[in-house]
Amino acid sequence: MIEASAAAFVELHGLDELWFQVAGTRCNLSCSHCFISCSPHNDLFGFLSLDDVRSVLVESIEWGVREYYFTGGEPFLNPDLVEMLVTALGYGPVTVLTNATVLKDEWLLRLRAAEEQGPFSLEYRVSIDGPDPQTNDPIRGEGTFERAIRGVEQLVRHGALPIITMARTWPDQRDDEVLGRFRDVLRQHGCNRPRLKILPRLKLGAEVERTEGYADWERVSPGMLEGFDSTQLICSHSRTVTDRGIFVCPILVDQPGAWMGESLAETDRPFPLEHGACMTCYQYGAICTNPSSQFHGQAGETDRGEGGR
Amino acid sequence: MKLAFFGGIYNNYLALEAAIADARRRDAQDLFCLGDMGAFGPFPDRVFPLLLEAGVHCVQGNYDESIGNELPDCQCGYTDPRDNHFARLSYDYTLEHTSPDNRRWLQRLPGAIDCDREGLRLHLCHGSPRRTNEFLWESTTSDAFLDRLIDETGADLVLGTHTGLHWQRRTGQGRTFVNVGVLGRPANDGRTSVWYTLLQIQRGGRFSVEFVPVQYDHRRLAREMQQEGLPAEFVETIESGWWTTCLEVLPSRERRRGRH
Repeated sequence: MIEASAAAFVELHGLDELWFQVAGTRCNLSCSHCFISCSPHNDLFGFLSLDDVRSVLVESIEWGVREYYFTGGEPFLNPDLVEMLVTALGYGPVTVLTNATVLKDEWLLRLRAAEEQGPFSLEYRVSIDGPDPQTNDPIRGEGTFERAIRGVEQLVRHGALPIITMARTWPDQRDDEVLGRFRDVLRQHGCNRPRLKILPRLKLGAEVERTEGYADWERVSPGMLEGFDSTQLICSHSRTVTDRGIFVCPILVDQPGAWMGESLAETDRPFPLEHGACMTCYQYGAICTNPSSQFHGQAGETDRGEGGR
Repeated sequence: MKLAFFGGIYNNYLALEAAIADARRRDAQDLFCLGDMGAFGPFPDRVFPLLLEAGVHCVQGNYDESIGNELPDCQCGYTDPRDNHFARLSYDYTLEHTSPDNRRWLQRLPGAIDCDREGLRLHLCHGSPRRTNEFLWESTTSDAFLDRLIDETGADLVLGTHTGLHWQRRTGQGRTFVNVGVLGRPANDGRTSVWYTLLQIQRGGRFSVEFVPVQYDHRRLAREMQQEGLPAEFVETIESGWWTTCLEVLPSRERRRGRH
């Protein structure tokens, strides 16, 4: 790690997204590219309780949080997840990131009903790492493509329009072909409006074993932030709540220096971009955010007029 | 007093003409446009004389900033390759067909307008008060977030556009946000009409918001779009009322209301 004094710092511009790592690092799958090495046996981070989530939701109001994300591990392993999602929908829009292999109809019925009672969207983001078992299963495990596709069919039957996210394990120039094939596959499974999001690989956790980690030169230097719109970085507009405190972002929870405090107020301080993964965020923008909430980099504020007075 | 607010003209000069006439008929005293004069439709230069002649007070949208400064793209912020493909076609056509004088006019528009009417403080922006190209969708904008954004403007009421879908919300704190809708294309509702917003303000600052559908000669617009070689997908939206492009930025709730 480089010296903190040489790091580029990013301020919290506003707490737009609040992440809850509700299942800790516990997952029913053991994907070979998982950036926090989640598995059935990884207890580094534990489950959040419903009370934990409720108290942070209350605290989040004064921060003007725009939307809430629920992740893990596999969030649906937490027995209180459905109640947490229903509660959060009373505060704002909610997104849950799942592998869609453990869904139950009764949960989806309750969640759809809760969504329809208020004005906010409940988004399901389903991780499937390619349009066929040959691409997906070597990474996510034997038979997981079929199981996840069954989960997508289940979500569609319950009226959801899941966003399928895939980590790119192919050359960038093949994106269009992969997206095209995936759209066809999803349509064959009843998903008539396929929504797809490609994520860059994060060279952390299990991925380091599968391929490689970040090289020492892959760091964001202070000079690289000159003229750069730092609101493109997730650390400028989000924080992640875990059972071990609040961390800077959902990617770095098990990395040194990423712990920011126990309350939201304590996390309102600049974060040094000391990690290789910060370079991925720098290159690709806030990859963790939904497409509906991303914004294009843009020059600063334009002048305000006094017209119409 | 009544004020009329238009958003997202997208070169649809026929809808703009109809909306100006409708607002005048309803005794709107001042007309405002919250930006994005270009995109999507035919003959960009036909929009500007209508705005100027009617004395419409205009805010600069991201499209206007791009065209005005001849930037490489529209800054709409689409993330999907198909959406970006159509955005490119639309942007290249609009940039090529906007005169230098009109580009300069777009370049000089203010990014926001603050004004006071009957004691009601208004903040007019394009996307959100903090960012021209930020999407404020109804289903992905919490009340707490609206309070934060509106608080920073010092206004009672904030009006924007940018998403293409009209909606309004009064938060528990008593602040109001209105997305005034767009005149450029239908609201993904299977109807060919487009929408603008009438704001009626009484003495003391009490107000009511009305979303107004506008019928216009959409068949003529569709014909002209075809003649100009604009994508068949755009024409289909004008004729059917359903969006066919720029869909991947929609949250699930807004997306489910449409056909595609």
